[in-house]
Amino acid sequence: MTLEEFFNLNPYSLDCQAKEKALKDNLLDLTCYHYEKCPEYKKILDKLCFQPSKIKSVSDLPFIPARLFKNYELRSVEKEKIVKTLTSSGTSGQAVSKIFLDANNVKNQTKTLNEIVSSFIGKQRLPLLLLDTELIKKDRTMYSARGAGIIGFSIFGRDSTYALDNEMNIDVDKVVQFFEKYHNEPVLMFGYTYMIWQFIVRVLEEKGLKFNAQNAVLFHIGGWKKLKDQAVDALEFNRRVQGVLGNVKVYNYYGMVEQLGSVFVECEHGHMHCSNYSDVIIRRSKDFSEAAIGERGLIEVASVLPTSYPGHLILTEDEGAVLGVDDCPCGRKGKYFKIFGRIKNAEIRGCSDTYEKR
Amino acid sequence: MTNEEKYINAFVQAFEIDTDKAKTLEFQAIPAWDSVGHMGLIAQLEEAFDIMMEPDDIVDLSSFEKGKEILKKYNVEF
Repeated sequence: MTLEEFFNLNPYSLDCQAKEKALKDNLLDLTCYHYEKCPEYKKILDKLCFQPSKIKSVSDLPFIPARLFKNYELRSVEKEKIVKTLTSSGTSGQAVSKIFLDANNVKNQTKTLNEIVSSFIGKQRLPLLLLDTELIKKDRTMYSARGAGIIGFSIFGRDSTYALDNEMNIDVDKVVQFFEKYHNEPVLMFGYTYMIWQFIVRVLEEKGLKFNAQNAVLFHIGGWKKLKDQAVDALEFNRRVQGVLGNVKVYNYYGMVEQLGSVFVECEHGHMHCSNYSDVIIRRSKDFSEAAIGERGLIEVASVLPTSYPGHLILTEDEGAVLGVDDCPCGRKGKYFKIFGRIKNAEIRGCSDTYEKR
Repeated sequence: MTNEEKYINAFVQAFEIDTDKAKTLEFQAIPAWDSVGHMGLIAQLEEAFDIMMEPDDIVDLSSFEKGKEILKKYNVEF
């Protein structure tokens, strides 16, 4: 299936069988494309004895570890075509990943994110409260994954308002004004999990302040490691967010700088879902074979979007388990899964986890 | 101002370029028209024509010419 054909479908419409076929063809084509265009990638695949004729399923396709993007500049288009270089959120002392995007790749990422998010909130652009600072305006050609996430999300909103100032203090007056201005209509919020926890929830609780959103939707992303250290799980997070912000429907999503656009969103039943554009394959760490449903292993992520860099099949350093296929009570087709978090000894690298307290 | 003038003016304002440059412009062709600049352009267009564009159309607006086509959906005639 071509990308254009994917765009014509509801993003959660393909069942397991139809999707396996569509993805296998598409990802195999992408693999061959990157093999031709990216010499470093070719070297890796040659080492892995890649043979297109032997690929029978998505799980047969060769994958590369995410950290290769830290060690090598992997690119499948000429340098002149690159319009944006994204860097992963590494804390100081850690190497950062570099992801090279051309104009077409940027456009497809935005388009896909739009398809996925609007399937949750509709096509109406809602007033948007960004639970972050306006840091994205600082550097334009080399921005971090965090900035890219904010910009990518802002097409779903209007009257974008930043809740935090440059010092990460909540601008209470501004937020009050925002909720007052839109008290009669649904509003949208976006932010990074740990930032929301640290600079919104905890601060408001300490100040004893509460906002009274009537009808809000919050999308958040960025890793749970720091919250786990504080023994905060998703239910607790949602409860405390609602405690300080009001009536908010909270959606967590999972994504990475290597595969922006084709994100995984948690449904109302607490399951992370693969859309038509992406898939997860859980692999056993001892031999990288595919784990059974319910079995814990390393998460490999697949996406049909990466064309300017060979990031379509990546082994992450996160652990997860597939919970089921096609039968989530929310009605979305495809695999749904659970994330346990980063494997031990892996680097810390979630967008919000790398925020260092000063 | 005619709609044509308003339309060109939105590009000129958003990207600080001259009129001739605006008329042949495409997404990412100049550093100013990146994803950040794109939202600035959309804000200019929405204000100039008093419209609110759908996310699909925001994504599809990838060149000066394409934008004119899209604005027709919002009853902006050129």
